[in-house]
Amino acid sequence: MVNLKINDTPVQVPDGTTILEAARTVGIEIPTLCYMKKINAIGACRICVVEVKGARSLVAACVYPVSDGMEVQTNSPAVAKARRTTLELVLSNHRMDCLTCLRNQNCELQKLAKDFGIQEIRFNCDNSEPQIEDSAIHLVRDNSKCILCRRCVAVCKEEQSVAVIGPNDRGAETHISCAFDRDLSEVPCVSCGQCTAVCPTAALSERDQSQEVFDALADPKKHVVVGAAPSVRVTLGECFDVPIGSNIQGKMYAALKRLGFDKVFDVNVTADLTITEEANELVSRIKNGGTLPLITSCSPGWIQFCEQYYPDFIPNLSSCKSPQQMFGAMMKTWYAQNANVAPEDVFVVTIMPCTAKKVESRREGTSAVKGLFDVDVALTTREFSRMIAQAGIMFKDLPDEEPDNDFSGATGAGVIFGATGGVMEASLRTAVETITGKELPSVDFTDVRGVEGIKEAVYDVGDLKVRVAVASGISNARKLLELVRSGERQYEFIEIMGCPGGCVNGGGQPIQPQSVRNFTDLRADRAKALYDMDKDLPLRKSHENPLIKAIYKDYLGEPGGHKAHEILHTKYAVKEKYRL
Amino acid sequence: MPNTKTVVPFSATKEQLQELDALIEHHKAQPGAAMPVLQGAQEIFGYLPEEVQIKIAEGLGLSLSEVYGVVSFYTQFSLNPKGKIQISVCMGTACYVKGAGEILEKVEKKIGCKAGEVTPDGKFSVDGTRCIGACGLAPVIIVGGDVYGNLAAEEVDGILDKYMQ
Repeated sequence: MVNLKINDTPVQVPDGTTILEAARTVGIEIPTLCYMKKINAIGACRICVVEVKGARSLVAACVYPVSDGMEVQTNSPAVAKARRTTLELVLSNHRMDCLTCLRNQNCELQKLAKDFGIQEIRFNCDNSEPQIEDSAIHLVRDNSKCILCRRCVAVCKEEQSVAVIGPNDRGAETHISCAFDRDLSEVPCVSCGQCTAVCPTAALSERDQSQEVFDALADPKKHVVVGAAPSVRVTLGECFDVPIGSNIQGKMYAALKRLGFDKVFDVNVTADLTITEEANELVSRIKNGGTLPLITSCSPGWIQFCEQYYPDFIPNLSSCKSPQQMFGAMMKTWYAQNANVAPEDVFVVTIMPCTAKKVESRREGTSAVKGLFDVDVALTTREFSRMIAQAGIMFKDLPDEEPDNDFSGATGAGVIFGATGGVMEASLRTAVETITGKELPSVDFTDVRGVEGIKEAVYDVGDLKVRVAVASGISNARKLLELVRSGERQYEFIEIMGCPGGCVNGGGQPIQPQSVRNFTDLRADRAKALYDMDKDLPLRKSHENPLIKAIYKDYLGEPGGHKAHEILHTKYAVKEKYRL
Repeated sequence: MPNTKTVVPFSATKEQLQELDALIEHHKAQPGAAMPVLQGAQEIFGYLPEEVQIKIAEGLGLSLSEVYGVVSFYTQFSLNPKGKIQISVCMGTACYVKGAGEILEKVEKKIGCKAGEVTPDGKFSVDGTRCIGACGLAPVIIVGGDVYGNLAAEEVDGILDKYMQ
């Protein structure tokens, strides 16, 4: 342990702690811009400078380790002056259209300017023009708002290992963009949107499609149906000051109804449907000597990574559509038929934790109804929260309500889809019972739970040994695939989610400032809420969902059968990594 | 934002590509291999086009963006081949105050490409250079090794005409 003083208060912390972390233990938040715990500790932005007695100059608290007898001042006149000057410099070429900015009141730079009472900027660089790069389906970059903190660069390289963006040129010309300043749509981006979730300003943001949904809702010819992904019900509350990890499912349904959707359904149902199909695919591949390991296909960020970087694993991918795409497909076929609405008049909206879902919704040639997309608009949790705000819905005061019952009511297996390991566990619950024909004594497969990047387990299933692995975050997926490719590891079944921790930490989830992310494990807190829901549900196995059973009986036929294949399955294709 | 891709199609001999492969192989295991490999590659090809940077990225296990970030950081690296006739416009202080900026503009207009680039036929390239030490002759340009001093902007067209035949 190390003893030091911060602002004359004695502090005891373990060796190796940074000044930033030590200060936090005595209730002092040192401001940061570039620092991301374990991902981007580069001491570059200089907002976190503090005074250390005896040191030659101010030091960066985010990377400076504590030592015995150290005396730190976090708010001396020298510190305040340095931080203010730095802020003025950062602001000097930031395009300040705060009132009309997507991140107004949710911007780390704006908050700092407010906290420091900056009212005048001595240095004025002209940066009045937007620098919009909106070639990609899922996100928009505006470098006139970029502060060069490199958080997007760090998350793209360290967490996702794709590194498609980086600092180009030098000095005053430095800007973040792709190699050769190509458009994002021309480089092997996987669309995960993690960069948009960590950007402190609005330099990176999801493509906002909320107006398209408002327009559809106002169009009397459109029959607008909506469903939210499992993870959205444990994150949406954060946009309305509800504590992290709160289950607000009932309020979420209520908000959707008040927005005027014709039907409020649930993507959890198609999570159950996905499991039924995918478990069937696993069992059939194991029994019939198909390509193994089977790898899950629900995460479109992962799919884009596989198609561009590891195309040799395409035969391993489950051909099942994701729950989002199955939702759209079922709406335009089964539901349209039941509700007696023409498929082209059904307008399907999904609420997703994910920016890659926007790209997935535009995949060609896989629709259930020819000429229509399965999903018309995929909104992120953030866009949905803005719709609620714009409509004046007082979210926290909403009562808990239920969705429309023609397509709702999922099992616990569908709920845990939103966390890393959840799809694996849900699949095992169904696959093991299918193979053995016996009821599981316990449905909890706890080995595959938790936020570790790679998890492994072996299960005895009748006479079979089923070896499974789970990876979340593309850099972990890459590690796991290398192990499989080299033959060092063998598995029957692998779950991969593109974002670290899975959908609960998806790129379209509510923005949490880095000051929160550095000291809270969003992945664990949000996932816990999902596992709590699962625990309390009467049905926890997808194949026991009465609605799913009825849909197979009355409409789809057998899991993996001809009709199920036409509606619920998809294809993948090798995509060139470089487009010269 | 400029897309700094060259207008001249990339072509390489078998020997050049083999040399690049050997260079990558040689440095592959060492940390910070990008710099020596990029320097060597520029010696082999004369510049660092996208095709070469992709080979380097794949060979060293880096992303193209990381490689390009290094290339665009250092002015020593060139994204464009040099023309058969290289034109240098001195941008040193003495030349600059005597109108080098206007001369560079004239040159760019006459040959039809910007500083740091090459014409589509590969004949001319132009660069604004640091002081070449001939301040007494300011402003100065060098065209294919020939030095022209005490220039007026109006003279640029006439000089370049001689090289255009």
